[in-house]
Amino acid sequence: MQIDNNQLLRFTTAGSVDDGKSTLIGRLLYDSKAIFEDQLEDIALTSKRKGYDGVDLALFTDGLRDEREQGITIDVAYRYFTTPKRKFIIADTPGHIQYTRNMVTGASTANVAIILIDARKGVIEQTKRHAFIASLLQIPHIIVCVNKMDLIDYSEEIYNQIIVQFEEFSSKLYAKDIRFIPISALDGDNVVNRSKNIDWYHSAPLLNTLENLHISSDINKIDARFPVQTVLRPQREGFIDYRGYAGRLASGILRPGDHVTVMPSGFTSTIKSIDTMDESLTEAFAPMSMTITLNDDIDVGRGDMIVKTANQPRATQEFDTMLCWLNNENATPRTKYTILHTSNEQKAMIKSIMYKIDINTYNREEENKELSMNDIARVKIRTTRPLMIDEYRDNRTTGSFILIDDLTHETVAAGMIL
Amino acid sequence: MKKYYLNYLDELESEAIFILREVWAQFQNPVLLFSGGKDSILVAHLAQKAFYPSKIPFSFLHVDTGHNFPETIDFRDQLMNQLEVELIVGSVQKSIDQGRVSEERGKNATRNALQITTLLDTIEDHKIDCAIGGGRRDEEKSRAKERFFSHRDDFGQWDPKNQRPELWNILNGKHFEGEHFRAFPISNWTEMDVWNYLKRENIAIPSLYKAHQRDVVWRNESWIPVSKHLVLTEDESIQTKKIRFRTLGDITITGGIESDADTLEKIIAEVAALKQTERGNRSDDKRSDSAMEDRKRQGYF
Repeated sequence: MQIDNNQLLRFTTAGSVDDGKSTLIGRLLYDSKAIFEDQLEDIALTSKRKGYDGVDLALFTDGLRDEREQGITIDVAYRYFTTPKRKFIIADTPGHIQYTRNMVTGASTANVAIILIDARKGVIEQTKRHAFIASLLQIPHIIVCVNKMDLIDYSEEIYNQIIVQFEEFSSKLYAKDIRFIPISALDGDNVVNRSKNIDWYHSAPLLNTLENLHISSDINKIDARFPVQTVLRPQREGFIDYRGYAGRLASGILRPGDHVTVMPSGFTSTIKSIDTMDESLTEAFAPMSMTITLNDDIDVGRGDMIVKTANQPRATQEFDTMLCWLNNENATPRTKYTILHTSNEQKAMIKSIMYKIDINTYNREEENKELSMNDIARVKIRTTRPLMIDEYRDNRTTGSFILIDDLTHETVAAGMIL
Repeated sequence: MKKYYLNYLDELESEAIFILREVWAQFQNPVLLFSGGKDSILVAHLAQKAFYPSKIPFSFLHVDTGHNFPETIDFRDQLMNQLEVELIVGSVQKSIDQGRVSEERGKNATRNALQITTLLDTIEDHKIDCAIGGGRRDEEKSRAKERFFSHRDDFGQWDPKNQRPELWNILNGKHFEGEHFRAFPISNWTEMDVWNYLKRENIAIPSLYKAHQRDVVWRNESWIPVSKHLVLTEDESIQTKKIRFRTLGDITITGGIESDADTLEKIIAEVAALKQTERGNRSDDKRSDSAMEDRKRQGYF
């Protein structure tokens, strides 16, 4: 197997059992030989115990005992499969319970969102919800799979109507790349293999599309942002004076000799070396983990950000953001929360809630401003010290943050900076 | 034009290094759980990379059931020397002697579940606030729901239905005194990824993973190695087979598979063709549909 240049692609699937989501995942895993015999025997046994005809592939995606007993998915589950071209990570999110919270979580790291539409039903409320979250989280690619084509006699006309329906509302969203594929997950049409039944469709089947999507530009390579995670001072022979700043490049490209500014202090220097255990690099790009040394002895620590002097993020204590509330306890304006933004930790409060968004209709609600679990709102945040931010649209790492409740230590909200 | 992208192994490596550095930055007293198996050897290697040119800045913790493969212990001691890290050993035998736990009975008795108490006691005694493990989400169905930073309450228990959401790469390690975290830097690796990386990086692994001649007994659908802990039943007989192990657990419960794969290349080719999961030969997982979930809830690795 050739592995050297194979990339990693993360995709998320959202939907309920009725859409055939589990069947689709089961199909991808099964046809790419990621399901083992003992796992298949396990679920065959459980299917039989439950009195099902045949093997229910959905059982494979349910990990917890409660999920198997109740036939529901509770939490995001991660699945893996590999083809000769790529390694894939699926964030499989439940369609019903706490769908927003889970979908937002699964979407946060995805390159691709797969949205399933039941061809018999067309675009429904859930479809709009999924598309909205995919666009809110700025998933770079959206693939709309019109499923159960076998049940509408592989009709090109109905398929085209569904595309029109979808584009009517998706034009209101900010989505860069939307594709459509007619499939039948149950029979495997256009999933891994090209469908003989859908002979009017000439583009690639789903797996082939996932294998060939251009994802190298999904990460911002323009704005160099290096959040410092920790300082390495070995104090051992050969490295007595070594002082390295360890982190993972969030975006952009850095090279030794680059003029850099350390934020928020504003001290400037040049990059002396970019080190890993294997070698010193002549060039580093996101998302590499590495250690940077500087030519000047300046004060740098965790929470600081090293950036190119000529291209700096905004340092501010106040900003507008979309906020998704994730906790059972409602948000309380003017309460202090801990904010985690890259490696920076500060205190923050929600200064004001401007409006909430109904993710089924995309309407703004300006009357009811109570933020409860699964709500999405536009808010103003104020922090005790400056954060170095970019717009989420330009940078998924320096544009995102979470809020933590200091009384429970739970993660209560996720934010996408505007 | 130059291609600015990482291949998948480099991306997994970078992610794991990021997580290990977050552990070090967010916790006071983390340890690396070391079993001597390939996954914990991999995590040790990644920790070396994460902190180079510094030494790995935390201790290793081995929960010793007393039912080890001798090869594993030799390998462990050698590696600790080489990495210059301190090793904490939590002894299951000591937990038994102190009356904290009692041995299971019967032919399939193991010390597997007893490790939970020893592990949690050691975590408490040493005031450990984060234990880094080599768990992977592809290993077992309940592990598919595991976070990178996984919260444990003050009884060391996991509540899978009430986990903190984990978004982007922002890790929340906040906890109260007495609680701790488990961190899983190789969550996103599969068995194949681990083998491909071990080969690429030329990382030494215990000889047990490679095919070798061994005295074994056919039990629970796999070849169980003969050891001083193994009690034969009347219908069982000792045979000599060329076998290797896909995972390493206690010598009493880890079954081998017949194999000629004595190099990493051959092992990778074999793993690619295998039709059973690697834990398929672990009788600890076969006890029930939710055997792993139940142990994990109580505080297992």
